Amino acid sequence: MSLDVREAAEVTTPPRPRRELTTAFVVSRIAVLAVAAAILLYAVPPLVAAESWISLTLLLVASAVIGYLYLTRRFVPAKYLVPGTVFLIAFQVFPVLYTVSTAFTNFGDGHRGDKAAAISAIETGSVRQAPGSPEYGLSAALKGDSLVFLLVDPKTKQVQEGSPDGLAAVQGARLGVTGKVLEAPGYTVLKAPEAAARAKQIAELAVPTQGGLIKANGLSRAVEGRATLTYDAVCDCVKGGGDTWTADESQGYFVNAKGEHLAQGWQVNVGFANFARVLTDPTLSAHFLGMFTWNMAFALLSVLTTFALGMGVALALHHPKMRGTRFYRIALILPYAMPAFAMLLVWRDLFNRDFGLINQLFGLDVDWMGGMVSAKFAVILVNLWLGFPYMFLVTTGALQAIPRELTEAASIDGAPPWYAFRKVTLPLLLVALTPLLISSFAFNFNNYNAIALTTDGGPFPAESPTVGGTDLLISYTVRLAFGTGSAQFGLAATMSVFIFAIVATISAITFRRTRKQEDVYA
Amino acid sequence: MRIRALGVAAAATVAFGATACGGSAPTSSAAPSSSAPSAGASATADKGSGKLVIWADPNRTKALKPFADQFGTENGVTVEVKEISKDNQQTFLTASQQGSGPDITVGAHDWIGNLVQNGAIDPVNLTEEQKAAFSPIALKAVTFNGQVYGAPYAMENVALIRNTKLAPDAPATFDDVIAKGKELKKAGKVKEVLCLPVTAKGDAYHVYPLFSSAGGAIFGTTSAGDPDPKQVLVGSKESQAAFEKLATIGEKGDAALKTSLTNENSIPTFAGGKCAFLVSGPWAMADVKKSGVAYDITAVPAFKDGKPATPFVGVQAFFVASKGASKTLAQEFVTNYVTNADVAKALYDADPRPPALTAALDAVKAADPDAGKFIEAGAGGIPMPAIPEMSAIWEPFGIAEAAVVKGSDPVKAAESAQKTIDGSLKN
Repeated sequence: MSLDVREAAEVTTPPRPRRELTTAFVVSRIAVLAVAAAILLYAVPPLVAAESWISLTLLLVASAVIGYLYLTRRFVPAKYLVPGTVFLIAFQVFPVLYTVSTAFTNFGDGHRGDKAAAISAIETGSVRQAPGSPEYGLSAALKGDSLVFLLVDPKTKQVQEGSPDGLAAVQGARLGVTGKVLEAPGYTVLKAPEAAARAKQIAELAVPTQGGLIKANGLSRAVEGRATLTYDAVCDCVKGGGDTWTADESQGYFVNAKGEHLAQGWQVNVGFANFARVLTDPTLSAHFLGMFTWNMAFALLSVLTTFALGMGVALALHHPKMRGTRFYRIALILPYAMPAFAMLLVWRDLFNRDFGLINQLFGLDVDWMGGMVSAKFAVILVNLWLGFPYMFLVTTGALQAIPRELTEAASIDGAPPWYAFRKVTLPLLLVALTPLLISSFAFNFNNYNAIALTTDGGPFPAESPTVGGTDLLISYTVRLAFGTGSAQFGLAATMSVFIFAIVATISAITFRRTRKQEDVYA
Repeated sequence: MRIRALGVAAAATVAFGATACGGSAPTSSAAPSSSAPSAGASATADKGSGKLVIWADPNRTKALKPFADQFGTENGVTVEVKEISKDNQQTFLTASQQGSGPDITVGAHDWIGNLVQNGAIDPVNLTEEQKAAFSPIALKAVTFNGQVYGAPYAMENVALIRNTKLAPDAPATFDDVIAKGKELKKAGKVKEVLCLPVTAKGDAYHVYPLFSSAGGAIFGTTSAGDPDPKQVLVGSKESQAAFEKLATIGEKGDAALKTSLTNENSIPTFAGGKCAFLVSGPWAMADVKKSGVAYDITAVPAFKDGKPATPFVGVQAFFVASKGASKTLAQEFVTNYVTNADVAKALYDADPRPPALTAALDAVKAADPDAGKFIEAGAGGIPMPAIPEMSAIWEPFGIAEAAVVKGSDPVKAAESAQKTIDGSLKN
């Protein structure tokens, strides 16, 4: 009711003045519409080809909404919100949902595709050449409009026509020196480029024989073979070689009576199996507490040490009597400007016991990466070196915002510098920096690079080859899920969900406490 | 208002740029038929694609190019050789799964098990004549479940590379290697007894000849002579004894094996003359030759009274992608073209690993004796297990190796490794 009244009232008000048509306004509008149109044009053909109608509908709806929004004069706030929201959904929400849904599947090596792909791979892989059959010389030819094979037996030089109807003798064919058919009455022999252009048809043509099928093997040879394993839709099983493998939809494999399975599997929903596996994995449950404690310690120490050093340096450079600050600032940013990947590898080699610079420089013989305590110390040290310039930068920024009068006033009141810092500067800094410290904690909690590129989780005690002394939950997850060669995306997704839950809980608690702190200081 | 609008435009442009970059790879190869030149008059009506896409690592891309182009001209098709620089196996699997993979990929034979279980490659039908042209071990390596899955072209295995100035005589046993190394170290002529990469996490590949010579084994064998994933022997009594042997030459013993020796520093240390013996493969030779060290290559010798030291033999091969767009062309290229000795020779020139074709190997041997020596050193070797279960072995085995080298209890290390492997194979 009230809505009607307002609309009625609006009609009577004079029309709003036309908005100013600035360049920025036009450019932004064209840009958004162009991006939407470009994505549409770019994505539609592959989506149609893949027959993914749901994605296509979503794309069309999203594009229609964007077009409608930007072609009308209304919905001004939405014009600003929509691009961000679209990208938020595409790059944040969707990956999270995808990860969570993957956590309930056995997606990974051996279970990448669907069942149809597995069946076709099983059948193709089991094709054996029919015993005693020749390797035919192949020429593709046209008989009228249909493609046929001209097959030459290499020994007898006899030529036969192979078509979907079977084999038939060919008379009067002329062979070249290499045994290929040059010409044959009634056929148009295809030259290499013409045959290559029809490669797909050639691959699809199968000539039935008593021993199996003759199929092209490349463009110049054909082989008679038979699939030793065949899928039977009636029993939903694969038969062959005197054995039967029945489809087991709970594990995505064809399994025989002995419990053995064929190599090729498919992706299935496994319910909470991955979650159960993470929770009941004996190595994980035995070492979880130790690993979690170290993970917390690593994240906390990384934040505290980098913050302490970064802030210390920032305070020193902030001092009015400091000279040459520009030079120092450039020098201090260097570690931050270097690619962390390369630096981590360099540090790993610096810590090498026999060849590393650190031992050679100080005349030590410490097996840095080989000892439980020294490896932990080393990774924190490396992380400190990589991380403090960031803290230095943000503290410098926050310090500029704190008026010098405050500390001056404190010193006039007789407060010693340390006391003034503790009671005035630090609390003000913390109000500004706590969110950054929390995000730095969350980042370091999952700082896979820092571990993987230095110790790779090691040192590993002989008793537990899977859980190393410096393993974080994330580096352990990666090892558990990907090992050295095979990928288990489902399990990895499950572990990610657990880690996400842990980090989210910790962050939520800390943010809540921070808000209380802000109330105190604000 | 103006500034904000500009910001939106800028953000949108940046984001678009990002998506365009991220997504460009799939489409460019997903629709090859549209851009391929139509070959021949009759081709215009066909939907067949006249384009062959080959993925290879940086070393091989350059060598393959001229031959790919020649194949293209002969068959009237375009051949694109694309360089994949990292994680080739997983990149290939992911791409072929989503339909944007190549028609042919080049890789190591131990990928086969994993590629087959993911339905990513097709068998390659070689004629008996073609099969006979390969060295038997190369052919065995690419055979999986009784089926040939790739055309092999190069082989590699580790050997003992010796600094002939420091150690003029080829050692008869591995005990001699260690004795000589220790003697040289004592005399201050070298820094290390032996350069064999152990690394902090172990390296099963390099240490395997020693492990097998000391009696250890990874898998039992099936009746067909293939490694049997149901019999993991890493924790067996024999393997425990082998780990014990590794411990005696480890850091607390002879110090011939050290975790501080890594893949990064072992070759330069040998090339710098700080080490008389190096256990490495053909890939080390570029650095060794450049350094000017006088060297000789022999097989890794067995321990005194030990079993033969069998290195792992790795074979590089061409695979036909089962989800490729031009499978016929791919089969033609793999079975009838790269099995040619000239192609093998050219690939050798680009990246000196001994060719798998006997004829090409003979040609290469004449020009470069090192290739022949490496092949001889690998004569008693076994192909690296290609079964997918092998991926569960590398890491636990390596960690057990590193642990015993550092002085942990060999029995406990072997048993823990076995337990870990059993645990991951069951799942």
